[in-house]
Amino acid sequence: MSKPYLENWDVVIGLEIHAQLASQTKIFAGDSATYSEQPNQNISTVTLGMPGALPVINEKAIELSVKMGLALGSEIRKKSVFSRKHYFYPDLPKGYQISQFDLPICEGGEVEFFVDGELKKVRIERAHMEEDAGKSTHRGGYSLIDYNRAGVPLLEIVTKPDMTSPKEAAEYARTVRSILRYLEVCDGNLEEGSMRCDCNISLKPKGAKELGIRTELKNINSFRFVEKALEFEISRQAALLEAGEKILQETRLYDSTKNKTFSMRAKEDAMDYRYFPEPDLLPAELTDEYIQKIRETLPELPKAKAERFQKEYGLPEYDSLVMTSDKAMSIYFEEVAKLSENSKAASNWIMGELLKNLKEDKVEFEDIKIEAASLAAMIKMIDSGEISGKIAKQVFLEMWKTGEDSSKIVKSKGLAQISDPKIVEDIIDKVLAASPGQIEQYRSGKSNLYGFFVGQVMKESRGQANPALINKFLKEKLES
Amino acid sequence: MFDSVKDYHEKLVSGEITAVETVKSYFEKIKSLDGSINAFISIDKEAAIKTAEAVDVKVKSGKKLGLLEGVPFSIKDMFCTKGLATTAGSRMLKDFVPPYDASVIKKLKSQGGLILGKANQDEFAMGSSNETSFFGPSLNPWNKERVPGGSSGGSAASVAARMAMCSFGTDTGGSVRQPAHFCGTVGLKPTYGRVSRYGVVAFASSLDQTGFFSLKVEDAFRTAQAVSGKDSNDNTTSSVEVPDWLEMARSFSGDLKGKKIGLVKEYEESVVDAAVKDTMDKAKELLKSKGAEFVEVSLPLVKHGVSAYYLVATSEAASNLSRYDGVRYGHRSELAESGKLSLEDFYAQNRTEGFGDEVKRRILLGNFALSSGYYDAYYKKACQIRSMIRDQYMDAFKKVDCILAPVAASTAFELQDRINDPMRKFLNDYFTVTVNLAGLPGLTIPIQKTENNLPCGVQLIANQFKEVELFEVGQVLENEFKFYKEVPNV
Repeated sequence: MSKPYLENWDVVIGLEIHAQLASQTKIFAGDSATYSEQPNQNISTVTLGMPGALPVINEKAIELSVKMGLALGSEIRKKSVFSRKHYFYPDLPKGYQISQFDLPICEGGEVEFFVDGELKKVRIERAHMEEDAGKSTHRGGYSLIDYNRAGVPLLEIVTKPDMTSPKEAAEYARTVRSILRYLEVCDGNLEEGSMRCDCNISLKPKGAKELGIRTELKNINSFRFVEKALEFEISRQAALLEAGEKILQETRLYDSTKNKTFSMRAKEDAMDYRYFPEPDLLPAELTDEYIQKIRETLPELPKAKAERFQKEYGLPEYDSLVMTSDKAMSIYFEEVAKLSENSKAASNWIMGELLKNLKEDKVEFEDIKIEAASLAAMIKMIDSGEISGKIAKQVFLEMWKTGEDSSKIVKSKGLAQISDPKIVEDIIDKVLAASPGQIEQYRSGKSNLYGFFVGQVMKESRGQANPALINKFLKEKLES
Repeated sequence: MFDSVKDYHEKLVSGEITAVETVKSYFEKIKSLDGSINAFISIDKEAAIKTAEAVDVKVKSGKKLGLLEGVPFSIKDMFCTKGLATTAGSRMLKDFVPPYDASVIKKLKSQGGLILGKANQDEFAMGSSNETSFFGPSLNPWNKERVPGGSSGGSAASVAARMAMCSFGTDTGGSVRQPAHFCGTVGLKPTYGRVSRYGVVAFASSLDQTGFFSLKVEDAFRTAQAVSGKDSNDNTTSSVEVPDWLEMARSFSGDLKGKKIGLVKEYEESVVDAAVKDTMDKAKELLKSKGAEFVEVSLPLVKHGVSAYYLVATSEAASNLSRYDGVRYGHRSELAESGKLSLEDFYAQNRTEGFGDEVKRRILLGNFALSSGYYDAYYKKACQIRSMIRDQYMDAFKKVDCILAPVAASTAFELQDRINDPMRKFLNDYFTVTVNLAGLPGLTIPIQKTENNLPCGVQLIANQFKEVELFEVGQVLENEFKFYKEVPNV
């Protein structure tokens, strides 16, 4: 068990993740579901809810939902039903959202991940398909509506209230994103909103059975903010409860610039969505063969891959988790590890220099310029003594910037280690000849001046002299 | 004016007449009669004549004619017609011009059919007298004190008054069959799923079905033939193959020996009106003389049909009509335009002004039936009754080939007669709604004129996808009673 988050209160968190399914077209119409710069470009009669327009289910959306359901270990419902959820809002064209209510496509399942080295399991309640609404922009005195997003296919993945800290919640969300991306079900971009995270959070007195009153946090567009929003909300709720006040069941928006949550609307008891089965759509019926076919296309998922990396490449658990947290990275790692025949070095370089530069330059893993073969060649050069670790960092930076091959860089910049004993000896002689005073002091007992000589040799050789040779000759010459 | 498309096509091909002349003569008729009948909400002379010109060129070239080549249609204002206003009889859509054609309109056009104009109707097809239309009631061509029926009243009136050769209507609870009965035309409602609903303004999705008016049975089937079939834009259309009904009809012998016709005990017991009774008797007598065998069947649950129907229909309607909010299209209140209303008031104002009383009544009913706490008692219960009614019909069709029943409790009633008595009007749907609940095909065949110069017909009902039974038996009735020869003196 991970540590309790608060002393007097148990924290109970459940997440609803909306994943935009990676389909070219909308869930019930043929217009494009891809992002468009210009507003109101992808607005078919169906999307706009024109009189007489009817929905037709996009089979790709079903396939992707089944895929995700299988990866979550959900039960796939063979006859899932769409329902209408009614509410009025200008960006909801029909006055109802087509969603799944009592008979969703996926039920149950589990997601596993590590938090501070401990295995955490979160149970999945359900995952259901639904259509997105349009986007409202409120200006002073008027509002603008963009219906491009209306009808974009979503899979809403709902957990049981199984998380006990903001960190767990963020880690759960990261894990789900990673699975979505492995499956290519969703690109998982929180900033652009193709993945959205709503958090349900409540507190109850430590050990109590009954759940407290929850609030729902919306508008959270990064994993860091999942954590921060929950932290804020926990302290807000704890303060209220400790002052003897009641929590209001409501939806709250997170404002990341102020790091606060604000009440958006009181919920849900007040709303009656008047769900009923969508009469324009027959139930989505799936055969065992269909589900089996999709099951066979499932790729190796992060958790299995991490375990394999530990076994096959002898990676420490931590390294294996980092290497598999992103699909592109896991593929990259495996290539570098195989070519370099040094898997630990491969994961070190990726976790260290590569991720550091990735973060600094805000680049996606898919877009890096360094070929796996090039990084592997560099590791081999280090291992064979052709270049030093220090030089390697220089080579890496050059590869990062230009994408040029590591061996070419080493050659063209003359960065190869000097391992010719004659040349190293000459350099040492030159350094010693220029430092008679220091030699005197060294020989009279100031042995810590040894480092000075090494430094001078390195300087003279532009860092390329083979350290082992330096040691060998320098000791000989100073003590002779 | 022509009683049948076949005659019309023969004269077209022989060069006796042209499509342009024909269409013009229909427009003349509209001009002289529709001032009093009000069967049309809009007409589209220019486009119709242009299409007719193309038909004449085609006829001259000797090319094979489409099923509906040059046939002048009135189209209920529920069908989206690209570039031509589609109002659903409502102020809400008074100025709505669709950017697309309904699938059936596309098919109609591809078969050479042409559109004279859009027919009057009850607002959003909610009503059985055409009196809820925002554009004023259409009147019955046989007796202008009377309603033409509804909701497809304008469609029936236009065909009866020879202002259109054929017409499209929609039938959610009898909205094609009942006005056909009131106006003395043929009215066919195919099996649910036979005809695409894409582009047809939705009233109650699981009940709505496009239907056809004509003077002769064959033409209702001709039209159905042209526009039926699976539509990739309508998930609820069936992939059951559409038979070649016109071809099948060639082998109808007129002899009904071996044909089993069901008489529903509960319907028979409910006939009070003398004209309806007399008409049923005449039909029975004729069918018997042609060799048909009558079998009594019992459908005990039809007595709950109207209740179940109104719960399902209003629930779906309340939902379907949510989209009319004045945001993207449709009526927007001047007050709303002032920008001074809250969002909630913006919705309320647009909808209060845009919808008439009957529509509001049904939205309220529907939302009530779907609301949490009442859902199980009303909507869900109604769905259960519905599926049991369907089962009872299915059982009946194990014993009979089709069912003969009245269409409505009476002949056409007077204007205003029932508008303030919704319960009585609802009960007038007793003989028609269960057919929609069970998704069955039904056909109205006009039989005779009764007192007050009013037509009276009978209804035939068949099992799902067995429209051909209706055609065969309907043809026998038509051959005998020849109601198409009767022309109202407007």
